Amino acid sequence: MGREKVREFAHAVLATHPMYFDVAAAQNAGYRDLVAPPTFAVVIQEKTLAQLLTMPDANIDFSRVVHGSQDFSFSRPIVAGDELTAVLRVESVKSLAGNSLVTAVSEISDATGAHVVTATSTLVVRADD
Amino acid sequence: MPPFDALTVGDEIASSRYALTRESLVRYAGASGDFNPIHYRDDVATSVGLPGVLAHGMLTMGLAVQPVVEWVGDPGKVRGYQVKFTRPVLVDPAAGAEIDVRAIIGHLDTEALTARVDLTVTFNGETVLGKAQVIVTFGG
Repeated sequence: MGREKVREFAHAVLATHPMYFDVAAAQNAGYRDLVAPPTFAVVIQEKTLAQLLTMPDANIDFSRVVHGSQDFSFSRPIVAGDELTAVLRVESVKSLAGNSLVTAVSEISDATGAHVVTATSTLVVRADD
Repeated sequence: MPPFDALTVGDEIASSRYALTRESLVRYAGASGDFNPIHYRDDVATSVGLPGVLAHGMLTMGLAVQPVVEWVGDPGKVRGYQVKFTRPVLVDPAAGAEIDVRAIIGHLDTEALTARVDLTVTFNGETVLGKAQVIVTFGG
């Protein structure tokens, strides 16, 4: 996770807190480097979801996918310089009125294997018209 | 950060308004990696039955927590954050969209030294996020 990615993402969510942009501000607060915004884990989760959505046998039309809910649960914040690994598991698939509800859980850990954040998404795959 | 002992359930701790444009959506798509075309192409959005281009739910979620971060003074104090996406935010190509965020103390855990902050996030006077809750730690 590079510094510029943290800054780019913070800017994109209209965030202005100095610990997202100024290394000295983050270090004065006791962090090794820039602190990522709370929803930054979606950048890593997005890559795992993209793998899921493009699996040929998943048979999912991307433009029909709507986000139902999202949850982040942290052991610690993501900090620039972290090397993170995400493992996605599909926790459940439910059918509701022709739509499919897919709950996907991404466990994100650092280079030492320690847990950083769990990102849980519920995706609604809308039925064909 | 504010002293934990001074917090009371029901306190409004922050409120803010955010203006989104189509440019915001393109910027967020690039930053997040979510290139679903319903967030930048009207033709694709309408072809799948949507009224028009929508903001990424994760963009709304991402900005709605920022007033809480400003209040607590440290983004690393956020230990949990959840939302349900209950209504779409339609972003007009010319006028954009305005999102209002209000943050209220919903619960205090005096053992864990955490506060649950409940967010009310509205667009055009209607809430767009449900059960939007941020867990902030006041401990180590």
